[in-house]
Amino acid sequence: MNAGSMADIAFLLLIFFLVTTQIATNKGLTLLLPPKQEEDEPIEIKQQQRNIFKIQVNSADRLLVEDEPLDDIGEIRNMVYDFVLNFGKPSDVRKGKAEVSDREVYESLPPAMKSYITRNLGSAESSDGPSGAIVSVKADRGSSYEIFITILDELNAAYNRVYGERVGLTDEEFRKLNRNDPRQKALYDKARAGIPKAISIAEPSSVGG
Amino acid sequence: MSKFKKKSESSQDIPTAALPDIIFMLLFFFMVTTVLRETEVKVEQRIPRAEQLVKLEKKKLVTYLYVGKPKDQDAFGSEPLIQANDAFIGIDGIVQWVQQEKSKLSEVERDQITISMKVDNETKMGIIVDVQTELREANARKIMYATPQKSEDN
Repeated sequence: MNAGSMADIAFLLLIFFLVTTQIATNKGLTLLLPPKQEEDEPIEIKQQQRNIFKIQVNSADRLLVEDEPLDDIGEIRNMVYDFVLNFGKPSDVRKGKAEVSDREVYESLPPAMKSYITRNLGSAESSDGPSGAIVSVKADRGSSYEIFITILDELNAAYNRVYGERVGLTDEEFRKLNRNDPRQKALYDKARAGIPKAISIAEPSSVGG
Repeated sequence: MSKFKKKSESSQDIPTAALPDIIFMLLFFFMVTTVLRETEVKVEQRIPRAEQLVKLEKKKLVTYLYVGKPKDQDAFGSEPLIQANDAFIGIDGIVQWVQQEKSKLSEVERDQITISMKVDNETKMGIIVDVQTELREANARKIMYATPQKSEDN
């Protein structure tokens, strides 16, 4: 049989698939929205200011972090890391799905993190403990999506570092844990127990900035 | 005369008999990895990059929403629009669209639907927040901002 033209036919098909191919990109930054607000629900419980880490963005994409202007977005990562792990007044109340209290979370941390916390953190002005710590992002309607993604990326970096260090991984290794593998899933759950990733996207004000 | 003419015995041709096999192998690779474009994206898509990406594991649960300036600005204007499936939808159409997408899933999976938002660089946050509010209303709480990986050097 004359197989010479076979290669040409295959080439043609190959080029067709090369052109139409789009390797699926199912990667991105995930976010869990708060549940729908019922109308007869009591007005939101007042959170203490120290338990909220406020990030505000105006329409010129300038940042106000904890009521102070910030130029270098890259600093947010460390600030949030310190905020989440502050343990200013850890409670014994067991909260969340995993039923872990702040104090138990603290006990579960590796020694290096504990010594970092006792040396540098524990301020009365920052968060009481990881279970109550909330990061609030309030972006003006006129601010750009790009800066929002940058901020969200920084927040995820901070949380992934907390989770990763807790189980002895880097933030990158933690991110790549495959949750379909039971062993890796257990590690993932262990890292996250008691430290919720509480990122809140506040409704923007339509004026100002 | 032809004193210097070489008389080589071995043929100079490269054997091409295996070429089709090689090409077929490449072909199968691309056939397997290919996802044919289901929808034509009608809005501009220059998506900002990020570093801390997470990979979604259950592809079946993911539904896409595109936001950006329309490519055909003469017909649709220059304000960012929302595209779902093949058509532009307004803010108030989102709840209905989510219900439609949910009904395609089995009952147990309905609440786990993930909305992947592909948003153009130049979009303002106003429209994103509006979409988020609607998604909350529709009880599709898992969302993802699809972004490519930021390369190491920048």
